[in-house]
Amino acid sequence: MSQSSVRHIRTPLARVRGHGAAHTGTGHFWRQRLTAVANIPLTVAAVIIIVMLLGRNQAAVAQILGTPLVAIVMLLFIVSITVHMRLGMQVIIEDYVHGETAKLILIMANSFFCIAVALASAYGIFKLSFGV
Amino acid sequence: MNTMAETKAPAARPLSPHLQIYKPMLTMMMSIVHRVTGAALYFGTLILAWWLLAAASGPNGYAKFAAFSGSIIGRLILLGYTWALIHHMLGGIRHLIWDTGRGLGPIERERFAAANLIGSIALTVLLWIVGLLAMGGPR
Repeated sequence: MSQSSVRHIRTPLARVRGHGAAHTGTGHFWRQRLTAVANIPLTVAAVIIIVMLLGRNQAAVAQILGTPLVAIVMLLFIVSITVHMRLGMQVIIEDYVHGETAKLILIMANSFFCIAVALASAYGIFKLSFGV
Repeated sequence: MNTMAETKAPAARPLSPHLQIYKPMLTMMMSIVHRVTGAALYFGTLILAWWLLAAASGPNGYAKFAAFSGSIIGRLILLGYTWALIHHMLGGIRHLIWDTGRGLGPIERERFAAANLIGSIALTVLLWIVGLLAMGGPR
């Protein structure tokens, strides 16, 4: 123990916590994988729903999208993809944008965009489900 | 400090090699395409949000979306969106397999890359045939 504390620069507490230099540990990695796995069946389901709705008029589309099963699947799909894309775009920004100010602004804009897309889509589905 | 900076002009050392120095290989192209399709899907979600809001807004709003999705430009964008979605999903499955430590060998990774590309194109074509048939043929 005494030898390892000499050989490692990081404190034993930091090593035990395992949060690394970014202080978030494997949080980003794990959520990225979790949503990636969720995206597979949800994308297949969403594509089936969309194909079912092709060429139908607004009344039919609205009625089918508002049914509980379809609405819940679409909501799950939207939540999963928007969380996933927020993580992915954050990595792209961190890889290519090196100016600290520009990076911070873009990472914030990334969150705003993903949350706005998620809530706008969810609003549409809720409106069709509840008829508000 | 000043004298050092003056006497030592920056040497023309080679920089670390970047993309242009490598021969483009399939695995490398698929890696780039995975990121590009991800970024495209990111902005493509605007179409998804528009479609859902249009459906919720009523017949007039939906007619505007239908005019877009039925136009040639709209169809091309949606075709690209479909391919990007399938390609990114198959690429993602490839990554999840890699996460288990499998499929990283020199032969497997080439096969994976080829399967990713061929699979995404084949599934996109198949899905659009099904979609156009569901709409009652091409219009």
